[in-house]
Amino acid sequence: MMQQASPAVSSDPLLDVDNLVVEYPVGNKIVHAVSGVSLQIARGETLGLVGESGCGKSTLGRAVLQLRRPVSGRVLFDGQDLTAMQGDTLRLMRQRVQLIFQDPIASLNPRRRIGDIIAEPLIISGVKDAAKRQRLVDEALSAVGLDPALVVGRLPHEFSGGQCQRICIARALVLNPEFIVCDEPVSALDVSIRAQILNLLEEMKARYGLTLLFIAHDLAVVKAVSDRVAVMYLGRLCEVGPSEQLFAKPAHPYTALLIEAIPVPDPDVRPAETVPVGEPPSPISPPSGCRFRTRCPRADQRCSDEVPELRAVASGQFVACHHPLI
Amino acid sequence: MTEGTLLSVEDVIVDLPTPRGNLRAVDRVDLTVGAGRTLGVVGESGCGKTMLSRAILQLLPKKAKLSGRVMFDGQDLLQLSPERLRKLRGRSLAVVFQDPMTSLNPVLTIGTQLIETLQEHLELDMRAATKRSVELLAAVGIPAPEQRLMQYPHQLSGGMRQRVAIAIALSCEPKLLIADEPTTALDVTIQAQILDLLAREQRRRHMAMIIITHDLGVVAGRTDEVAVMYAGRVVERAPTPALFKKMRMPYTEALLAALPKIDAAPHTPLPAISGRPPDPTRPLKGCSFAPRCRYAWAQCQVEKPRLEEADSPGHQFACFRPIGISAGAGA
Ligand SMILES: Nc1ncnc2c1ncn2[C@@H]1O[C@H](COP(=O)(O)OP(=O)(O)OP(=O)(O)O)[C@@H](O)[C@H]1O
Ligand SMILES: Nc1ncnc2c1ncn2[C@@H]1O[C@H](COP(=O)(O)OP(=O)(O)OP(=O)(O)O)[C@@H](O)[C@H]1O
Ligand code: SF4
Ligand code: SF4
Ligand SMILES: [Mg+2]
Ligand SMILES: [Mg+2]
Repeated sequence: MMQQASPAVSSDPLLDVDNLVVEYPVGNKIVHAVSGVSLQIARGETLGLVGESGCGKSTLGRAVLQLRRPVSGRVLFDGQDLTAMQGDTLRLMRQRVQLIFQDPIASLNPRRRIGDIIAEPLIISGVKDAAKRQRLVDEALSAVGLDPALVVGRLPHEFSGGQCQRICIARALVLNPEFIVCDEPVSALDVSIRAQILNLLEEMKARYGLTLLFIAHDLAVVKAVSDRVAVMYLGRLCEVGPSEQLFAKPAHPYTALLIEAIPVPDPDVRPAETVPVGEPPSPISPPSGCRFRTRCPRADQRCSDEVPELRAVASGQFVACHHPLI
Repeated sequence: MTEGTLLSVEDVIVDLPTPRGNLRAVDRVDLTVGAGRTLGVVGESGCGKTMLSRAILQLLPKKAKLSGRVMFDGQDLLQLSPERLRKLRGRSLAVVFQDPMTSLNPVLTIGTQLIETLQEHLELDMRAATKRSVELLAAVGIPAPEQRLMQYPHQLSGGMRQRVAIAIALSCEPKLLIADEPTTALDVTIQAQILDLLAREQRRRHMAMIIITHDLGVVAGRTDEVAVMYAGRVVERAPTPALFKKMRMPYTEALLAALPKIDAAPHTPLPAISGRPPDPTRPLKGCSFAPRCRYAWAQCQVEKPRLEEADSPGHQFACFRPIGISAGAGA
């Protein structure tokens, strides 16, 4: 697939993903989970990634970190290609990048004490001085608002979902990373706890100068923390742009559909009757041309013949659509 | 009980024995739902929403102790025989759960499940039941319904399964449908479609509905009335517009404020509610929300506020220091 000028205009990209393809073999078939995605994230920036279940968000996040090796494409982190790295080089690089998962409780080993869970990345990365390890663990826990003295000796099941997510964030922070992939970090949490964790992530980002890829399917959550937002559908990027601009003037019909579907907590806003546009097709045999065409009200012949390439529609806003809304 | 009341829940308590001691999941709840009306029940995880709906349906865990009264369509459900209850649940009192697989049988085809329900409760013959099944699947937006009858639940997507569960729930024209987080497991786009579907069928059939959710956004435009629950109790109850515009209870205000707003600028800090709900096996003496409430004062620590009438009709709240004029939905 031809890729035009890189979609994310960025003077200083920390992450540069170029034409990434990730597939899963299932029996004798292939799941086309990520099909030629390109994006950049500037140093200190948060890029939000939205799209419905199964569109490939987690796969993209994991492939960026090389937790799932892509079939093709490049992932430049601070100018170095992660896809070409092996063994120790990759392990060293991994200290600079971290992942936070959706299910905080399941991602903590139930039989290990919190202190050991957070010290583990330090041990793996070769911090041999136990006193130093303890100091770093204490710092990370304090940073996320937990009292180390009350926490280190306990097991994960003694904590609530929100506290477990704090612990996961502490574990991600302990190596002082530059870049974190947050894969639906608040989806499993209650509204009240969700706000606490979102605020905490924002605070940590400012304090440590972090760069984030923030994955979620809730648009309001994504907007709350993201400088720019990328919308994904069935393995491809539909649209990328500055958060406010994208929500105010979506160019892609799918982005517009997502925005319309957001439940608004205001009784005067009668939800617009949704057009029953059906459900996403299978990523095993995605539609030809534009993958959204089977649900798109604007689809025509060209949409089934030609894959729409990402192109600029407004300053900083890029869309992959033959008939964009703007 | 007012005229046209279909369901009335009176002083309902659900106690569950646990290794940590007694857990009061539902604490003296009073609610009514009029025929054809829609009630939203909102609250954080663990506040007792599901236990309340199970108390109404008489589907509580075996060890649970229930007290109070549940009147439905003129009958006291606590007095009914298991057989009568089963009949009622298939017919005039229906339920849709968060996980559609809870209500679907994985080893039976969609058709078998629909047809059996129709035959059992409406005494239709095979042909009539099949025809009705196809109509129902079409009504809930399932393409190629004839072919779906032959499929098993696992062959459908989550959204399609929930549609089938709704079709089964609607099949016998219930008077009340309880939907317990019917869309929490689904995507935003599919969620909106399912909520629209429920609203449409509710209006068309003049059916009453209780929508249980933790998302205030879900109930805002789709219910007549909302009850907010906290730690097993109803802490505020009002016609939907009043709840959003003239809320009296600090918890309701906090819950609404903590929601990320789609029209707020990125990086706006969220007014989070600090802490978390109390351990339900260690009930507090005073107001359950006191440890997290920014308006709390001495009385709140020692006394439980009772649900009281506000000045506007149908509006009740349980708070010693209610909010005067709230900032409203846009805040
Ligand atoms: N290990 C795997 N083997 C085979 N298929 C997989 C595997 N992991 C994911 N998939 C498939 O790849 C596609 C993309 O999945 P992915 O988990 O990346 O989506 P997602 O956008 O993160 O979804 P969600 O919002 O549900 O987390 C889906 O069709 C999924 O079923
Ligand atoms: N089978 C059970 N045995 C003991 N306690 C239970 C049982 N089921 C639920 N509980 C407890 O009862 C209380 C109320 O639970 P309930 O499931 O009604 O909450 P909910 O409001 O539906 O929460 P959610 O939003 O997570 O579904 C909780 O404290 C819960 O831990
Ligand atoms: S390319 Fe065609 S089908 Fe795809 S989103 Fe645009 S108009 Fe719709
Ligand atoms: S009674 Fe007191 S603690 Fe409870 S909500 Fe009202 S002001 Fe807050
Ligand atoms: Mg995922
Ligand atoms: Mg529940």
